[in-house]
Amino acid sequence: MMTTNWTIDGVKDALTGKKISARELASDYYKRIDARNPELNAYLTLSQDRAFAQAERVDALVAAGKPLPPFAGVPIAVKDVISTRGVRTTCGSKILENYIPPYDATAVQRLEAAGAVILGKTNCDEFAMGSSNENSAYGPVRNPEAPDRVPGGSSGGSAAAVAAGLAVVSLGTDTGGSIRQPGSFCGIPAMMPSYGRVSRYGLIAFASSLDRIGPFAKNVHDIATVLQIIAGRDANDSTSTTAPVPDYRAEADKPVKGLRIGIPKEYFGAGMDPEVRKKVEAGIELYRKLGCEVREIRMPHTDYAIAVYYIIATAEASSNLARYDGVRYGLRVDGDSLLSMYRKTRGAGFGTEVKRRIVLGTYVLSAGYYDAYYLKGQKVRALIAQDFRDAFTKVDAIVTPTSPVPAFKLGERTGDPLQMYLADIYTVTGSLAGVPGISVPCGKICGKLPVGLQIFGPPFGEGRVLQLAQAFEQAGGAAL
Amino acid sequence: MRITREDVFRVADLAYLDLSESELETYRKQIDEILEYAGKLNELNTTNVEPMAQVLADDQTADATLREDVVVPCDVAPEILKQAPDPEPPYFRVPKVIER
Repeated sequence: MMTTNWTIDGVKDALTGKKISARELASDYYKRIDARNPELNAYLTLSQDRAFAQAERVDALVAAGKPLPPFAGVPIAVKDVISTRGVRTTCGSKILENYIPPYDATAVQRLEAAGAVILGKTNCDEFAMGSSNENSAYGPVRNPEAPDRVPGGSSGGSAAAVAAGLAVVSLGTDTGGSIRQPGSFCGIPAMMPSYGRVSRYGLIAFASSLDRIGPFAKNVHDIATVLQIIAGRDANDSTSTTAPVPDYRAEADKPVKGLRIGIPKEYFGAGMDPEVRKKVEAGIELYRKLGCEVREIRMPHTDYAIAVYYIIATAEASSNLARYDGVRYGLRVDGDSLLSMYRKTRGAGFGTEVKRRIVLGTYVLSAGYYDAYYLKGQKVRALIAQDFRDAFTKVDAIVTPTSPVPAFKLGERTGDPLQMYLADIYTVTGSLAGVPGISVPCGKICGKLPVGLQIFGPPFGEGRVLQLAQAFEQAGGAAL
Repeated sequence: MRITREDVFRVADLAYLDLSESELETYRKQIDEILEYAGKLNELNTTNVEPMAQVLADDQTADATLREDVVVPCDVAPEILKQAPDPEPPYFRVPKVIER
């Protein structure tokens, strides 16, 4: 049985129709992982024991004729910055090479309680810091659509796993674009929910005011299905909100005719690949054909977003990563005093990008520079959030490219961090503002390199975002 | 030049981070370039702008009152100590800090 392109509904039909057992399905995925992972490097750790135990529980329900939970038997992958009890979680870092979390992240716990089978942990940039997955201590991931190219980052393994049929859906994390950009590079839908919509409990922190957990899937319907399970208040994350969780699949099914779509001029400036522009303009035209009202809008502070993002994100990272000190978990490199042990452990355990960000983040928070950089950054962040609030008084959603460029070649951009950072220009804005965003496939350049169309909605407007994404998908957006 | 080699050294020391000579110089150059770029924020007058200290608006945050003070079992010490590089239950052992 060919299971490569299965969706959540496909799994459900096959299990209830007894065409395959959950155990056989998991085996099938592991066989494919064994065949493809040596090349792609999408998975860092496989969790067979946990997966088969769960699959057997699902098969017992099927055998007993009991009702199946919504994720029964669905093979999923989890980014390696999200904690999984008893399953090694490295964050793509040497400093956590042998770390085994004593608890599950809330998102993982909820998916497993709904029947999901966790196949393993996916590769990523170290501590989610990167835009190409080349900052992983365990080697880069290759893009299944073009193996000489990057899958995007930082959730490169989660994107590649779903794109290559090595998981039905996966969880990633997005701090400045780390879900949406790899989704765009690998040609699959990928969503960053609103800040506060999904619990961050068990997500190993990079930048706490920006980090979010969200799904990758083969289609928008499955994105909505994952979000339905993981969204909602969690007592273990005080920033998760009590705002009601709507029926996302019902929201996604609503017609889009008459919706007002804003196109911010600032997202179509210099530095954008002309082929990406063509595809995204064709995507906007598709919305016109679907009966949406397309309006040009202004978001005047867009150009400052990268500077703000790399100040705030690194400042928060420098604080969050202080916990890796060789005392309670992770790597320890011995020294002749406590301080020398700290310094050696951190110097040896962290990779190049992580150390660069700790130094930058410590600098912008240090005495004499705090006002000029960190405080200034927080003020401009407020202006960027205001741009979004102003836009949503005039339009229902904002449509932009996800990335100014398609997937680039491995090694092509590693030498110049500032150039790598600048490619996050279209995604960091929504991260700073806290709004939800999705990337949906919007054609392929030369039939080969996927382009992503990004849709932003107002805070907690996931339903609206999914509605526009699904309409786009069903109207043939991926084939533009 | 916005950041000197001494600055990088001082900041790495604050962050308890051992850096090699070549890392010091590479980071100095790269961070200098990033800070130069970040200087563009000074084009904006933000005198009357409140810094964005939290993401969620007041009406979006969870119930701001304190939760009930309920005792829940938390017998996790043995499992957590298993992850420690040098455990001596019920303690984490570290190099000597205080001289006799």
